Amino acid sequence: MSGSSSLIRLNVNGESHSLSVPPMKRLLDVLREDLHLTGSKEGCGEGECGSCSVRMNGDLVNSCLVPVLQADGASIETVEGLERHGVLHPLQQAFLQCGGAQCGICTPGMLMAAKHLLAHNVHPTIAEIREGLAGNLCRCTGFMRIFESVLSAAASNETTHAR
Amino acid sequence: MSTPAKTRIVGTSVPRKEGVDKLRGTARYVDDIQRQGMWHGATVRSTVPRALIRSIGFDRRVDWSEFSVVSAADISGENQIQMIVADQPCLADGRVNHCEEAILLVAHPDRHKVREAVNAVHVEYELLPPVFTIEESEKQQTVIWGADNCFKRFLLEKGDVDSVWAKAAHIIEGEYRTGAQEHLYIENNGVIAEYSEEDGVTVWGSLQCPYYVHKSLLAVFNLPQEKVRVIQTETGGAFGGKEDYPSVIASHAALLAMKCGHPVKMIYDRIEDLAATTKRHPSRVRHRTALDASGKLLAMEIQIDTDGGAYSTLSSTVLSRATLHSPGPYVCPNVRIRSQAWATNTVPYGAFRGFGAPQTVFAVERHMDEIAAALKLEPIELRRRNFIHQGETTATEQLMREPVILDKLLDRALAESAYHAKCSRFAAENPANAIKRGIGIAAFYHGAGFTGSGERYLNSLAGVDVTSDNKVRVLVSSTEFGQGTNTVLTQIAAESLGVDYEDVIMAPPDTGIIPNSGPTVASRTAMVIGRLVERASLQLIETLRDEAGLPQNSTREEFFAACDRRRARSGDVVSLSRYEAPPGIYWDDQKYRGEAYPAYAWAVHVAQVAVDTITCSAEVEEFWSVQEAGRVIHPVLAAGQIEGGIAQGIGYALYEKVVLQNGRMANSQMTNYIMPTAEDVPPIHVFWEELPFEHGGFGAKGIGELPHDGPAPAILNAIKDAIGVSFNEIPLLPENLFAKLHTVHSIEEPARV
Repeated sequence: MSGSSSLIRLNVNGESHSLSVPPMKRLLDVLREDLHLTGSKEGCGEGECGSCSVRMNGDLVNSCLVPVLQADGASIETVEGLERHGVLHPLQQAFLQCGGAQCGICTPGMLMAAKHLLAHNVHPTIAEIREGLAGNLCRCTGFMRIFESVLSAAASNETTHAR
Repeated sequence: MSTPAKTRIVGTSVPRKEGVDKLRGTARYVDDIQRQGMWHGATVRSTVPRALIRSIGFDRRVDWSEFSVVSAADISGENQIQMIVADQPCLADGRVNHCEEAILLVAHPDRHKVREAVNAVHVEYELLPPVFTIEESEKQQTVIWGADNCFKRFLLEKGDVDSVWAKAAHIIEGEYRTGAQEHLYIENNGVIAEYSEEDGVTVWGSLQCPYYVHKSLLAVFNLPQEKVRVIQTETGGAFGGKEDYPSVIASHAALLAMKCGHPVKMIYDRIEDLAATTKRHPSRVRHRTALDASGKLLAMEIQIDTDGGAYSTLSSTVLSRATLHSPGPYVCPNVRIRSQAWATNTVPYGAFRGFGAPQTVFAVERHMDEIAAALKLEPIELRRRNFIHQGETTATEQLMREPVILDKLLDRALAESAYHAKCSRFAAENPANAIKRGIGIAAFYHGAGFTGSGERYLNSLAGVDVTSDNKVRVLVSSTEFGQGTNTVLTQIAAESLGVDYEDVIMAPPDTGIIPNSGPTVASRTAMVIGRLVERASLQLIETLRDEAGLPQNSTREEFFAACDRRRARSGDVVSLSRYEAPPGIYWDDQKYRGEAYPAYAWAVHVAQVAVDTITCSAEVEEFWSVQEAGRVIHPVLAAGQIEGGIAQGIGYALYEKVVLQNGRMANSQMTNYIMPTAEDVPPIHVFWEELPFEHGGFGAKGIGELPHDGPAPAILNAIKDAIGVSFNEIPLLPENLFAKLHTVHSIEEPARV
């Protein structure tokens, strides 16, 4: 991307970064290209598929729609921050057990959307899970096993207390 | 009828082999990979459907010395993509036959600049008259392909259809249409290519069939086998959409890499992927059916016409499968099927889960309900009277040697869905409600593996080896793209070798390492390749017993100790197995007669719908699927296949419309090409009957495509049940419901008898 660069400060998964990047560069590209965090994916580039979902200051955002300028000073959570000390997050564990990931390309965004849902709603109903994940498209699973994964993670104590 | 043998690993839901990498976000998809000094490639595409190229101009405001540009003139080998017929140029040479056809390729180190450069190329055309529909193509007034616009024709005859019409108690006719459908894998097509004089071409990419791409590259570059290497990267969904198209994008990226001397990455964005890559073939199917007074089928005459797009790609084999699935799971003494695939000036249609079957299963299963209504029979009763059984023959006169348990599947589907209670309840409730509910079924089969002689031609080779650090590697070109290849094949190897699931890994999907076990298509992986892996594993055990002192009923430790002894003596521990057709198989490619498929999977779907007669929207409220697909190797993955296929089938029926304007896709975005979301997919209930298939890997048959065949007819049958109006075309969008409901004036009462 051409044009002048700005100094942008980001805290990503608990780690602080100062970056000189074009201010209109998409947050998704900064994560993937500048910070080499390639877990977040581009599926549509227009905020429809949710594959690039990350949490920004506790909000769930499509990082393909966020100019990095808007994220200056923000705290960002991506899929790479879910695992702690080599132990999978309960959501990751539940997706593994319940078959919530098939091709895996929507999975990082789906996990962030699911984390966001559970952060606001400790024990969501199926209807609430459907609504919470409606912005994240999965073409493989038909969503059934994703719902089951989220329910299973919600049922585990770690999700509600440990994080 | 055998019951599944006792197993340690097969039949259990072990964690997906590559699952942890996918959940950590560390799985490496092609766009996650960078190569040193990598450039980015993009494609200059036709904006018109059919034309001669008069000139190509380059905008002077761009410094073209920074770019590499490739045209057809740069191709050292054949300017052809290698499919069944070599009719599709790798790059347009003087003429274009569809919008988005690739004309030039451009590369630059900066991916944003390369996009700008594409827009700075100006192509002047001399327009030729285009053909856009089956109806225009079959008229042959404008000939755009071959002598008559027809890519392929089949004629299949059983008995004597013409002797039946005069004596039939009933003759029912119908016409059914299906639209194009986009795969909408969430990862777009993408590759990275490198070229050097020494190593030739290397391609990393999101793809299903490494050896298909290999074959295409050999021809485009005129290189020997060993100078082309294709490596599959983690692949974010495919569904058939990465069966044929990767040969195109891989050739393009490799041509650019050769020209600019750098690795070149080509990643389509969503708009380009939707507009320029293959989709499901649109179809028109006409049925004329004769029945006796009791509702037994006497004759079926079926005319199938598909739209193949501008080049033949896989249209002939898609048409073949469409033909062979068109009579439905019924026994009929007299059958005539004529089928044709037509050329149009649209992006070529290609492989998509089901491969022609969803189109013709929609037609026959919708038609069965129309017949039932005409004969005043229950739809389930009409089907029961005509289901095929063990010992009877199909339209190709294939004898059903294995048990066929359609009645059992139907009974279970009716019981699980409380079908009869719902029929009564909806009939009572509907008259007083604006939202009317209905329930519908579809019964169908899906042939697993390549059609007819196909598996013999493929001559697949697969196996296992054991590395010095005690890892068993599965050696196949069968790839993982979500459906579970890695997991299922490593389960089979671990089970057969007596080692743990964790001891077995997949060899890298790299044509420099793996043998050619054929393409990852046609629901063949668990059944055909699973069997080869099983056989190769058992052969290895035999060899180790004979030559390396492996005891009977050995432990895992004894197995690896024997492998060490064998390696010390022979240098490596490897066992390969080549495909052998099951005995007694015969197929006549000319008459289309004989064993069309090595095995069939069977299913009954039940859909419950609610139609809002005010907003004209139809919604699937609940869905049941009962199937027999041999032994289930991995219950969680298998159910995931069924659920995912049904969700795509629901999209096919009610949501997904490819809008073409002047041959160009007008809705090439996720904003306006609508797939079912988490809020749209109903609860899906999946049930199995397991009958192990003797010649499949641990008794497996194919399951991947089966679930896409049934939802559309089950849903439209349920809509007929709800509002008494027949719809014979998909996708069925609210505007289509509106148009028909508001010309009918009053909504008829449900036509239940």
